[in-house]
Amino acid sequence: MRISRRLFIRDGVATVTLGLAAPSFLTAIAQAQGLPSRRLVVVYLGGGNDALNTLISYQDPSYYSRRPTIAIPAGQVLPVGTDAAGRVLGLHPRLGGLLNVFNEGRLALVQRTGYENSSRSHFEAGDIWGTANPKASTGSGWLGRYLDTLPRPLDALAAWNTSAETPRALLSGQSGVPAIPNGSTYTFASPNRGSAAVQERAAAQQMTANPAPGRPHLALVNSTSRGALETLDRVAQASTYTPTIPYPNTGFGLALKTVAGAIVKGVGSRVYWVQTGGYDTHAQQGAAGGAYGNLMATLGDGLWAFYGDMRNTGMLNDTTVVVFSEFSRRISENGSGGTDHGAAGLMMVLGGMVRGGLHGTAATLAPGHPTLENSSGDVHYETDFRSVYARMLDGWLGVNSVPILGGDFRAAAPAIF
Amino acid sequence: MAQLNPEVDHLLRRAGFGASAADMETFRDMPLTGVLSYLVDYEGRPDDVDQRIGRPDHAQVSSKDLFAPDIDIDDARQRWMFRMIHTRRPLQEKMALFWHNHFATAFSKLTADSGNLQAAKMLAHKPVALRGPQGQLEIFRKYALGNYRDMLLEVAMDPSMLVWLDGQFNTRGKPQENFGREVMELFTVGVGHYTEPDVYAAARVFTGWNLRESVGYSDRDMNAYKEFVYNADEHETSAKTFSFPIYTDGNRTVPSRGVSAGMQDGYDLITALAVHPETARRLARKFWNFFISEIHEPDPGFVDAAANVYLQNRTEIRPVVRYVLTSPWFNLPEVRYARYAWPSEYVARAIKEVGWQNFSLATVRAPLSNMGQLLFEPPNVGGWPLGAGWFSTGTMLARTNFAATLAASQKEMLAVELERDGQTPQGLLTAMQARVTAAPFDAPPQQALMSYLLAGGSWIGSDSQLNTRAAGLARLLVGSSEYQLV
Repeated sequence: MRISRRLFIRDGVATVTLGLAAPSFLTAIAQAQGLPSRRLVVVYLGGGNDALNTLISYQDPSYYSRRPTIAIPAGQVLPVGTDAAGRVLGLHPRLGGLLNVFNEGRLALVQRTGYENSSRSHFEAGDIWGTANPKASTGSGWLGRYLDTLPRPLDALAAWNTSAETPRALLSGQSGVPAIPNGSTYTFASPNRGSAAVQERAAAQQMTANPAPGRPHLALVNSTSRGALETLDRVAQASTYTPTIPYPNTGFGLALKTVAGAIVKGVGSRVYWVQTGGYDTHAQQGAAGGAYGNLMATLGDGLWAFYGDMRNTGMLNDTTVVVFSEFSRRISENGSGGTDHGAAGLMMVLGGMVRGGLHGTAATLAPGHPTLENSSGDVHYETDFRSVYARMLDGWLGVNSVPILGGDFRAAAPAIF
Repeated sequence: MAQLNPEVDHLLRRAGFGASAADMETFRDMPLTGVLSYLVDYEGRPDDVDQRIGRPDHAQVSSKDLFAPDIDIDDARQRWMFRMIHTRRPLQEKMALFWHNHFATAFSKLTADSGNLQAAKMLAHKPVALRGPQGQLEIFRKYALGNYRDMLLEVAMDPSMLVWLDGQFNTRGKPQENFGREVMELFTVGVGHYTEPDVYAAARVFTGWNLRESVGYSDRDMNAYKEFVYNADEHETSAKTFSFPIYTDGNRTVPSRGVSAGMQDGYDLITALAVHPETARRLARKFWNFFISEIHEPDPGFVDAAANVYLQNRTEIRPVVRYVLTSPWFNLPEVRYARYAWPSEYVARAIKEVGWQNFSLATVRAPLSNMGQLLFEPPNVGGWPLGAGWFSTGTMLARTNFAATLAASQKEMLAVELERDGQTPQGLLTAMQARVTAAPFDAPPQQALMSYLLAGGSWIGSDSQLNTRAAGLARLLVGSSEYQLV
């Protein structure tokens, strides 16, 4: 199965009232909120990324014995050095672009990120990464709560979601996030032309301005529609962007190009959400090549193009990308040449201000080793994922992470900035 | 549709896809109980909708080559949309849509495994059109209101499911957990009612439930196929113990059996899961959200009662749905329009209400994709994000832009049909709102609609004025927030 869009409201209907400003004030608000400013691009790998084949502990004999057909041969990995525990590590051979970023010192690899009693359900686990609360898979998301801290009225484009639906991480009680997968189809259509079309748009605007008292479900649709109408023109501006580097012709590459357009054209969004799926590799995942190799190429080539485009346009020092997945996968391959749902994974952080390198330590994959769990079937976490979130909030976005995360995770945060 | 009584309108929206002008003739003099019986007891009427594809007075289909809905996924999508619009068994198609979401299986993974032709065939092949098993959608139509346990068993042996959740690779040496997990998490009891060891045990239960290819199989041969096979040699025969009862005496262990009898493991587990009280409650909650309300939490009394109907009728769905549609909650005024339309429902209803003259259903592919519901392409095995999850600025624009496309295509037809009512702007507005049925408009949006009709200058009711304003009005109504609710 593919996972891409299941992080949403499955526990009933959210009655979100969007704090959208009137369109004429938008630019002023964006400026008041400090354009240009730091921005965070969150990349979600849907389905559960097999971290052991992303960052490979290629001198661990158990890696090869437990993965007889899907292990990456030591001669093909892209070496990145030795971590604090002395494990020798390398990137998947299709991540050549990310190796360049690593060698520039701008890629942080945070190993064994997760939480206690890691959920093996895609949906529950995805929700937990969204809420940033291992005990609650419902309610608002950590990025939504960040947006709630921004001054009101909130710019309608304070965040930009490039997937079609709103992931739980962006859910909030007070801040709506537009979903703009493709700027060029984000337009207003009418059966008529000329003044009749203009009058129709005006009528649609008036109709959706109805706050619909006593009808929260209708109010939600109205506010969504209003958000669309109010962002059309700025999005159209962003979609005129011509990148400085060609992006790969993949859904992921095109989403990153959309993000780059918004950044370079000065839309001013603080948070961008990008996702790419296909990581639920239960069968025939391959090793250096094959299905997983293609996933790595899509990821690595897309991020490398984006990184270069940001550098060429002078945006790199204000841009940070963080990559995560809802869980990693079993250590031992299954009978189908794939891997089933596992536990702790890998977070990657890149950008012009990132302190790159190997953070945390790799597991030792020999059965019985204390870095493992679930009868040595899975990797146990070392770094709480919330401490990485905390560093993003405190160290990058410049807000206090404690109320947003509902706890103090700063002490254990890896030094990625 | 507003000409019918509000209870019938509500029933047709929820248990069908709304009503076209022709449907209104059918239902005009029918009492509510008659409409209910028409919908629920549909088997008396022939399943003849596919035979009407190509008729000029119906929505059109179009294809690059010959229309081939058994082997081409876009043609299969058109056929299904045609069925939703023109079927005389609306509840059957509605339930097929419900089960498609419940057992969500995506074309893209099948195509990576078996190529486009076989992937489409696995999902949409209508029996006897070609050699090989029926497509998954036909299972959902066959069991639309049938026996859940039997459907679950057919789904477990369905080639598309065996590819989708990797059952084809589930072997004795390396049990495959994917189907074993999802059959509990999503198809039956739900998270919290099974354990991780149950997942391993379920994987072992289904070892050997694999696929085989027809003789001389080729991905590109329309008469080639893959079909279920029980590979006895690949069945793991040891006993499997679960955290919940497998047998009516409370025994939790599937006994060790010889390989030749090993398929019984799967029958036993599927039966146990189908009759599990949490499955009954989970289905009851899903039916509440689908048929009654997404805005109100499932009423505990409803969940208990619907679950009981399911269990007492030995997992038959028809009595449960009949119960749902006649339960006191179904007709509460506050649950009318208290559910968000799925994109496919929205599109089908809009076409039924606005019109389909010379309208090709190939046109709806891209809009449905942009709205977030390309049929046969759910985002993952959990199905689509329902309810408010359908709505984002991008998907809402896709809805309103589809409304514009549809209204533009029906411009001349609307001008002709509304000529008499269009003598006055009020007449046009009243007639269009009777035709295009949205949740009630508060005064400000209602005034905005009237202002739109008058914005082009004084009303003279000329052809060109009617041409422009009727289509613009249809676009505003179908694209309104009120119309996104059913």
